Amino acid sequence: MEGTIVQQLPWSKGQAEEALLSVRDMWIEYQAARGAVKAVRGVDFDIFPGESMALIGESGCGKTTLGLGIIRLLVKTAEIVRGQVIYRRDGSAVDVRSMDEEQLRQFRWQDCAMVFQSALSAFNPVLRIRDQMYETVKAHRSASRAEVTEIAYPLLRRVQLEPERVLRAYPHELSGGMRQRVLIAMALLLNPPMIILDEPTTALDILTQRTIIDLLRALQSDFRFAMMFISHDLSLAAELANHVATMYAGCIVEYGTVNQIFYEPHHPYTLGLIKAVPTVTGDFQDLSSIAGSPPDLIDLPLGCKFHVRCPFATRRCEEEEPELMHIGPEHAAACFYTDEVERQADRAWEEIRNPQGAFA
Amino acid sequence: MSLASSHDVPLIEVRGLGRAFGSRRRRVWAVDDVSFRVPRGEILCLVGESGCGKTTTGKLIAGLLRPSRGEVRFEGQDIWKIERKSFKRYRTAVQLIHQDPYASLNPMQTVYEIITAPLFRHNLVSSRAHAWERCLELFHIVGLTPPEDLLRKHPHELSGGQRQRVSVARALTVNPSFIVADEAVSMVDVSIRVSLLSMLGRLRDEFGVTFLFITHDLALAKYFAWDGRIAVMYVGDIIEISDTPRLVNDPQHPYTQALLSAVPEADPELTRNKRRIALRSQDIPSLQNLPPGCRFHPRCPRFVEGLCDVEPPALLETGDGREVACHLVVRQEALA
Repeated sequence: MEGTIVQQLPWSKGQAEEALLSVRDMWIEYQAARGAVKAVRGVDFDIFPGESMALIGESGCGKTTLGLGIIRLLVKTAEIVRGQVIYRRDGSAVDVRSMDEEQLRQFRWQDCAMVFQSALSAFNPVLRIRDQMYETVKAHRSASRAEVTEIAYPLLRRVQLEPERVLRAYPHELSGGMRQRVLIAMALLLNPPMIILDEPTTALDILTQRTIIDLLRALQSDFRFAMMFISHDLSLAAELANHVATMYAGCIVEYGTVNQIFYEPHHPYTLGLIKAVPTVTGDFQDLSSIAGSPPDLIDLPLGCKFHVRCPFATRRCEEEEPELMHIGPEHAAACFYTDEVERQADRAWEEIRNPQGAFA
Repeated sequence: MSLASSHDVPLIEVRGLGRAFGSRRRRVWAVDDVSFRVPRGEILCLVGESGCGKTTTGKLIAGLLRPSRGEVRFEGQDIWKIERKSFKRYRTAVQLIHQDPYASLNPMQTVYEIITAPLFRHNLVSSRAHAWERCLELFHIVGLTPPEDLLRKHPHELSGGQRQRVSVARALTVNPSFIVADEAVSMVDVSIRVSLLSMLGRLRDEFGVTFLFITHDLALAKYFAWDGRIAVMYVGDIIEISDTPRLVNDPQHPYTQALLSAVPEADPELTRNKRRIALRSQDIPSLQNLPPGCRFHPRCPRFVEGLCDVEPPALLETGDGREVACHLVVRQEALA
């Protein structure tokens, strides 16, 4: 199909044609009184069938906007300025951006479901779970209530809920962890090849978080869907991701396998995040925060958007914005000083593994 | 810590503290029976899941809630039995930093007005020039630069991290000796959390401020209170208190063990190879319908019938300075 041919990314795991979803040169802007908020600025990535990719970054880096942009659920003030979102199924490729309302409606949920951040507001508060599930299925194909219940039962059991009780309940009658599990079960109703999860464990208690993480891992191996999850929480990526993309000021600044991102980061922002997060297990480890705060997305600085906060920055970084560059198999970073960053990452891990803390 | 007397009388001590909510017929005890002491200059972290009573405990200690039973002692005196004047002094000595700086700062006021209100209210400054000077000093302590610009702004013009620093600066206006920080960095982005924590740590190192640090995040508690202590709460009770290194690396109570084994870590190999402790049930008991005996027994992997579901365990010292509320740990100690 014309317009669905995409450029091959040198750091991609395989051929772009085999990817389930390819995003190319995606730009999204919000219109604000002060000017255009450049929330997503030229993002490229592929997601392959059955893969799990984490999109990590701080609040306001554009990760949720990107997720919503993919399924075209952006608010009215936002606009996809440029870019392709190519979705492939059964050998055919289609650009999500060219879909009409009806095609979009089919695409959402049947091809790509989304689990939203706030589990309570994702439900209709006046409908019982049974009816929410029925309406979801009915929007895509003809189905009787009995049929939907039949699909819902094993799914709810699969997410460790009691189907009788949950189906009868209203959303407010369920706890946060239960609601999150119902949402995950609902995302699986139509057995979609891809699920986008926005902060699936944020605001949940530790033991509930653990349940959700283990559940997602088990479900993914059962149903073989591809998962893209958006999170500010590095530990969630460490648990669940095969690939991690770090986002900063609307761009992916580093992409790699989970081990590359955590153990061999090549972008100073990724390294900064890793050095800022404490672990529970083991000895005391010294942490450091990243100086300053994220830039104003309306009035972005020249050059590398991270240079103001970057310990590695030079004059060059102030003038020139580095592009995402291929630095190894499945690994890319947008920085002029990747070697220096890698050396410092080595030292940082050395210190974490062999701490010489005063309290030891 | 150099004064002998500071050892004898802890800055803060709570004994048998409990607080109930609701009508007489449907009473729930959000905090049931909590006792601990915080010596001057120390950090005590209160950790637990949502609804375990940690925020209520913080409010009881800050004097914002009246206990239904038990007492809160400040420098040895029950704060609800002292005269009005001393109580007022207590309220300035203890300051609370809230989780959400969007909600805890008045959006209509400039930062200058927010900071100077308590200064004028408590006659801590003699003139406007003096107040301005004090603001600059406080901003220097909490690391807000450039102070001249920021003081003229409103809260919405600040970033989340800056706002939380303003809350801390406001708390410091009255020179508190004790700060209750309730999830004080939870809403702030990871990249700037550490600098906020270091700033709070400096308050203790340089000004001797004592801390009750309330959080649901065990890794944060470990980082902030490495040379302090952690108390773990479960459904209204403290079930384990210990010095931080031993609590995170050698937990005694099955609940603490389960919590620690469940925490996802920002290290793929570590987190994927962690030994997990499975619980018998996922459900946190309802405060309206508490299980008999140990409140954790329906979920506890080490549950012993006839013991744990009959007798509620008391928080007891295990002989090495740790306190644990578990029949099995006590039994183990006796055997050892």
